[in-house]
Amino acid sequence: MTAASPSASSGTVRVNKHKPDWRGWKFMWPFAVVFVLVFIIPIVYAIYISFFEKRMVGGTVFVGVDNYIRLFGDDQFWASCGRVALFTIVQVPIMLFLSAVMALCIDSMKLHGAKFFRISTFLPYAVPAVVSTMIWGFMYGAKYGLVGSLNDLLGTSLDVLSPSVLLASIGNIVTWEFVGYNMLIFYSSLSTIPHSLYEAASIDGASEWQIVKSIKIPELKGSLAITVIFSIIGSFQLFNEPNILQNMVPGNAITTYYTPNMYAYNLSFSGNQSNYAAAMAIVMAVITMAIAYAVQLNSMKEQMK
Amino acid sequence: MTSATNHRLAMQELKAQEKAARKAEKERQRRVARDEAAERRRAAKSGFANVANPRRSTLMTVLCSLFAIYCLFPFVYLLINATKSQADFTSTFGLWFGGEFNLWDNIVTVFTYQDGIFGRWFLNTILYVVVGAGGATLLAIMGGYALAKFRFPGRKAVFAVIIGSISVPGTALAVPQFLLFAQLGLTNTPWSMIIPSLISPFGLYLMWIFSEQAVPTELLEAARVDGAGEFRTFFQVSLPLLAPGIVTTSLFTIVATWNNYFLPLIMLKDADWYPLTIGLNQWKDQANTAGGTAIQNLVITGSLITIIPLVIAFLLLQKYWQSGLAAGAVKE
Repeated sequence: MTAASPSASSGTVRVNKHKPDWRGWKFMWPFAVVFVLVFIIPIVYAIYISFFEKRMVGGTVFVGVDNYIRLFGDDQFWASCGRVALFTIVQVPIMLFLSAVMALCIDSMKLHGAKFFRISTFLPYAVPAVVSTMIWGFMYGAKYGLVGSLNDLLGTSLDVLSPSVLLASIGNIVTWEFVGYNMLIFYSSLSTIPHSLYEAASIDGASEWQIVKSIKIPELKGSLAITVIFSIIGSFQLFNEPNILQNMVPGNAITTYYTPNMYAYNLSFSGNQSNYAAAMAIVMAVITMAIAYAVQLNSMKEQMK
Repeated sequence: MTSATNHRLAMQELKAQEKAARKAEKERQRRVARDEAAERRRAAKSGFANVANPRRSTLMTVLCSLFAIYCLFPFVYLLINATKSQADFTSTFGLWFGGEFNLWDNIVTVFTYQDGIFGRWFLNTILYVVVGAGGATLLAIMGGYALAKFRFPGRKAVFAVIIGSISVPGTALAVPQFLLFAQLGLTNTPWSMIIPSLISPFGLYLMWIFSEQAVPTELLEAARVDGAGEFRTFFQVSLPLLAPGIVTTSLFTIVATWNNYFLPLIMLKDADWYPLTIGLNQWKDQANTAGGTAIQNLVITGSLITIIPLVIAFLLLQKYWQSGLAAGAVKE
């Protein structure tokens, strides 16, 4: 630091170096206080109550790690985990691929009306999950939805809400909701590439495809880590779409334990088993963090290469 | 006489010159056009055009249009069906208008149904957005500014905890949050919706990156040398520089709060405190309850009214969220 205050001799500079500078807390404390209240304390509280159990007789008693042991033997929990894992493996790559392609197209400056494409891809992000799930749910309906009209027209009997394809139909809703958001993150990182780089590459005789391959796609990899992590967290938390669709789907295709989050929600709010639900929330958080961390490590390794 | 002839001669000469000049100019333009066409042909052959202004590709535009149709047609469906009566909704083709144009009737019914509770939900949502998202933006601005411009004790810990908290599923937090708020007697009050909305780790991240780039440290030093206090420096020097980042951050916090479904679902039991999302879902479920009448036309029209404010905000503030996000993307 060359911009020392005028009065500072070498002695006071050293003193200043050792004296902690607390000024930042003047701005940091409101966030920190609320953060502790709505993040830290609930996490600690969840860990605490996960060691107890509410009993019909005898009230709430300390049971140690019983809730966790029960969780590891809970087939419904693992079935729901498997479901969101499958969902993540299929839906996230499709969505991110579409987002990246769309970002590359818009950034290529080869589209007529690129601005229109940017805003129309992003617009679904402004729609609440409740509304987008309801619109798609109405359209999916075999009775008076678009699928029903299509069936009348073609004489088929498609049913996108039948149990075997339901997860894919939910995947379509989630993709529709978030493809634009991810596109925008990709697009933002592409727009930071200086144009002089493209000019230099073209003078050197690089084809457009080579520019995409050697300049743009490596740039996308940086933001890929962020989008992958956010998407994984999002799909492991899958709740809104299946929960809202539940009543629009015929029969019991969406069970109360369709996703881990729905399971935890139903356990604590209709099953009155909040201690067990707390244990579940903690295990889910640990699994999600482990996966996010592994993905981050992987992508960092890739960038080091 | 001589002067007149001279004048006429001069005029003729001038005209001739003008004609020649026009001809030369035409010739030159023809040459330029020819060169440009040749250049375009050459570019088409080598697969590369002027980087600053490449050829527009019709094929690519058509392919992207298919994708745009995918993104936009649920909006079209919503618009069309908001004009239908309940009877038309269940009996006519989904992508075309019904027998009667019922949009105004639907809007009036949405706002008068069940003693006008939809208006109440709308005002609740605005309350949660103004206080919750507004507060979240303010906390994110101040926190991000502190992280970017001060080296205070505990800064690294704050950073680590916040990065870690982003990967904790928000819904996993909600159950313990509910239990805690229930102990404090805050559930079923607006506070249970507002307080958790005040924290936006993504907003903090955006404001941190943005402050680092938009506020030069030298400027802060200068203000301090001039004797301005930290808060005066913040409000008079830094805040104006942060404006585009603030618009971006508030847009994201507003969307998060306006669209929040899970938090109010668990926190609020009293329909008088519902935001639009929970209210609409309750209306939708009315068709499934015993003896309930299906009011899908109201659900659809209510959905349309719910998304209009955000869609308008996105369209009007395009310039800001673009530049704000671009700034956020610089740092990886």
